[in-house]
Amino acid sequence: MVSDFTWMIGGPQGSGVETAANIFSQVFSKMGYQIFGKREYYSNIKGEHSYFAVRISDKKIRSSVKGTNMLIAFDAETIFRHVDDVLENGIIIYDSTLENMKISDVITFENDFKDRLENILKSKNKESNVKGMLELASENGVTIHSVSFRSLLTELSEKLENPRIKNMSRMFNVLGVSLSLGLLMIPSEKLTESINSIFSKKKSIADMNVSAANFAYNYAAAKFDEPNFKFKAKEIEENTLLVQGYYGTSLGKIIAGCRFQSYYPITPATDESNFLETNEILEINEDRPGSTLVIQTEDEISAIGMAIGSSLTGVRSATCTSGPGFVLMAECLSWAGINEVPVVITFYQRSGPSTGLPTRHGQDDLLCAINSGVGEFPRIVYASGNVSDSFYDTTQVFNYADIFQIPVIHMLDKFIASSVTTCQRFDETKVNIDRGKLLDEIPSDNYRRFAHTEDGISPRSKLGLENGIFWNTGDESDIQGHISEDPVNRIQMMDKRQSRLDYILEKIPESEQIVKHSEGDFCIVSWGSTQGPILDTIEMLKNEGINIGFVEIKLLHPFPKELLKKSLSNSKTIIDIEANYTGQLGSLIRQNLEKDPNYYILKFTGRPMTCTELYDTLKKIINNNAEKREVLTYGA
Amino acid sequence: MALKVGDYKTDVHNDWCPGCGDFGIVNAIQMALAEMEIPRHQSAIFSGIGCSGKTSHFINVFGVHTLHGRVLPFAQGAKISNPNLEIIAVGGDGDGLGIGAGHFVAAGRRNVNMTYIIFDNAVYGLTKGQASPTLKLGEKTKSLPTPNTNYDVNPIGLAIASGFTFAARGYSYDVRQLKNLIIAAVRHKGLAFLDVLQPCPTYNDINTKDWFSGEDRIDETTKKPMPRIYKLEDTDYDPVVHYSDETELNQKKTQAIVKSLEWDSKIPTGIFYKNELITPYTRRLTDKIPNYVENPSALQNISKNNVPITKINQILDSYKV
Ligand SMILES: Cc1ncc(C[n+]2csc(CCOP(=O)(O)OP(=O)(O)O)c2C)c(N)n1
Ligand code: SF4
Ligand SMILES: [Mg+2]
Repeated sequence: MVSDFTWMIGGPQGSGVETAANIFSQVFSKMGYQIFGKREYYSNIKGEHSYFAVRISDKKIRSSVKGTNMLIAFDAETIFRHVDDVLENGIIIYDSTLENMKISDVITFENDFKDRLENILKSKNKESNVKGMLELASENGVTIHSVSFRSLLTELSEKLENPRIKNMSRMFNVLGVSLSLGLLMIPSEKLTESINSIFSKKKSIADMNVSAANFAYNYAAAKFDEPNFKFKAKEIEENTLLVQGYYGTSLGKIIAGCRFQSYYPITPATDESNFLETNEILEINEDRPGSTLVIQTEDEISAIGMAIGSSLTGVRSATCTSGPGFVLMAECLSWAGINEVPVVITFYQRSGPSTGLPTRHGQDDLLCAINSGVGEFPRIVYASGNVSDSFYDTTQVFNYADIFQIPVIHMLDKFIASSVTTCQRFDETKVNIDRGKLLDEIPSDNYRRFAHTEDGISPRSKLGLENGIFWNTGDESDIQGHISEDPVNRIQMMDKRQSRLDYILEKIPESEQIVKHSEGDFCIVSWGSTQGPILDTIEMLKNEGINIGFVEIKLLHPFPKELLKKSLSNSKTIIDIEANYTGQLGSLIRQNLEKDPNYYILKFTGRPMTCTELYDTLKKIINNNAEKREVLTYGA
Repeated sequence: MALKVGDYKTDVHNDWCPGCGDFGIVNAIQMALAEMEIPRHQSAIFSGIGCSGKTSHFINVFGVHTLHGRVLPFAQGAKISNPNLEIIAVGGDGDGLGIGAGHFVAAGRRNVNMTYIIFDNAVYGLTKGQASPTLKLGEKTKSLPTPNTNYDVNPIGLAIASGFTFAARGYSYDVRQLKNLIIAAVRHKGLAFLDVLQPCPTYNDINTKDWFSGEDRIDETTKKPMPRIYKLEDTDYDPVVHYSDETELNQKKTQAIVKSLEWDSKIPTGIFYKNELITPYTRRLTDKIPNYVENPSALQNISKNNVPITKINQILDSYKV
């Protein structure tokens, strides 16, 4: 029985690769398997290469592996780009009409890639076409199934007496996934069931896809040899969900009571705003319906400006963006800082600098999130490591914003946003809402918005509240909020705001600042979505009897210096792991702990880390033959 | 107890230059608020950065002094979240038509029910007199090293082209008319724009108070100055779009733009354009969120005894394996 299997499908953008992967994921999740899928695509709408790799396992998985056991290709580019991903004993199903396509026929290749590929094929004495590529695979022990997708459609169209079907190459995706499932002998009802659920909005389309799916399924079951891979349906674990990465923050916002989100479109952040708008009308316990206002603004400056304006009326408000949008927000962020306005910025990172790799993964905006802005003011920078954490963390960052009356930047990234995983159902009963010192009523007319208090945080009024009139200004102000350049007042106000950083470290429970997943002489420190590949790797090593420590830092600013010191006190070798070039967390560690991590494992190709490459690199470190800075490179 | 104009004044020291046109505008806003009897806590002044930006500190209602060019996003965010607030946004011509021009256009398209007043002095007051977007090409105000090399933007024309449904012009030394225009703007159902000609005696030595009142143009017969400013309400100009009819709409828009181009010898003030037939933003939201007006974001409960009350179980069910 197979316990860990990866299936990959590739094709041009717009060809439905995602739908095929969705069907595959649903089928296997319904068979009780755990799913981890990742989507990779170019910054393009139609034509450029995209692919989806779905890993399934009978135990918990949180990352992808290097390579795939099965590859489905209905275009030549997928073959050229991914054939060397197919592992020994793997399977390729490809469209036979592609056989004679040459590298030079694929117009979407980058020149560098083309040259690299031609050289490889030449060095192995292969023709520089699909056939040559497949011969390489075959020599590596890969089974190759050749099917004419076009003929399948023609036969189907004759069978159904529907001539239109003949030309529906957009159904290649469904054919591809169905051939796979037929070959793997997965019960066909599961396929029908998931197609019906995915196309539930349109019955006629669902029906047509079901016919095509069954046709391809039966074809594969009849024509292809039985594979080495065998799967058995298992009991579905109770309360399992199959979710897209961005559902975590979206649903977290809804339940936390975020009722205003303004945004300007940017990958990979937009999906969240879209989700909120699709679900804008909310069901409320024992009350009339509520709603989330989702406003598409003219730019990111307006997005954060509006969110701040909304927050001044007492609403829990947020914006969601990526690096290029975030830097535009810097001035408004400072305004929220000096005016002590709670606002949440959900920051889905991608890879910079500038627009960099616009649709690829990266964690290179940590220092930007901590440092962007005018002058000195308190903020929280908080990171989530996976979808499920991001749900609970989202509800918490709204509490932090309200309690400490500051902007909170919630760090996520493209890897989380566009992965598809099984996870435990989010538990609403674990969520609590704390609005801090927000007032609902003010009895008399001597309210002062920025009054000095013991803990440095003043009771907060909101626009519209009787007796609660206040002023705001981006200039330094007195306790009423009027401009003041008095030096004594300045000292008091700076102290009032900046003292919050210590207060935050004191108030936020340690378990929310740093998560100590495991202990060991070798100890990994990391932040954000590297959590998944790291935990998978640690498990792999544990199976060999090697224990590695892992400290995940969630609160990145203010930096939990003392707590981190304590967490690392028993470890001899510190390994910093991040998806960036310079090791940004590492620089915070150097700065705060006056200690340089012993090793850095970094990846900045825009492709997420796999547990396989992390495993290999950690092994090198353990065996004492690694460089101080190890750079990971896997992934097309 | 009825509020008086004085109740809308703060005791914050006003540091504008003596004779600055801004004083008249603040007075007019305070008078308008008092006349409309708007409770102080239900009103908010949002302002940008510039001499004009300080306005919010002088008025005794909620005051939000934002960033250079960003007053409209802040103000709209608040108004959309709590439509019961009466919001007046104010700022300089540089603020609104230079650095904030993108927001100006976008705001017009939304048509949120609030008022936006630009203090139009043709210079950047607070940074010491550089050319603003409304200074005419070739003019050289006091602190410009060389004459202005940019063409001027027409605020009324830009407002109409952007979708503002009310566009008017006032003059800061005619406080009574200005107060009435502010009241009309506040009462307008949609986004109202008010361009206020505001002499800056310190840096604009061209469009001065004397220039507007025609001290340089003495009538031969009466021996009196011939004022440049005249009022549209004294003519038979009709700014209102009365019917949902494209021909009339186009005619009213064109007439307003043409009218707003009059300058030099004859400068009109008053309402140029008013159209309540375009749906305000509130209506657009109500079309998709039926109880938006009764239960906007700012009035919604989100928790009871710290426990969230929003239900997400249906959404979660749809992802169940
Ligand atoms: C982002 C930014 N850039 C520049 C400035 C400097 N600045 C302050 S006020 C101002 C111009 C003000 O002119 P205007 O908006 O016409 O207002 P006025 O002073 O004339 O009322 C500028 C450029 C700033 N505060 N912020
Ligand atoms: S510089 Fe001009 S606009 Fe600014 S306060 Fe002085 S007179 Fe008024
Ligand atoms: Mg100005």
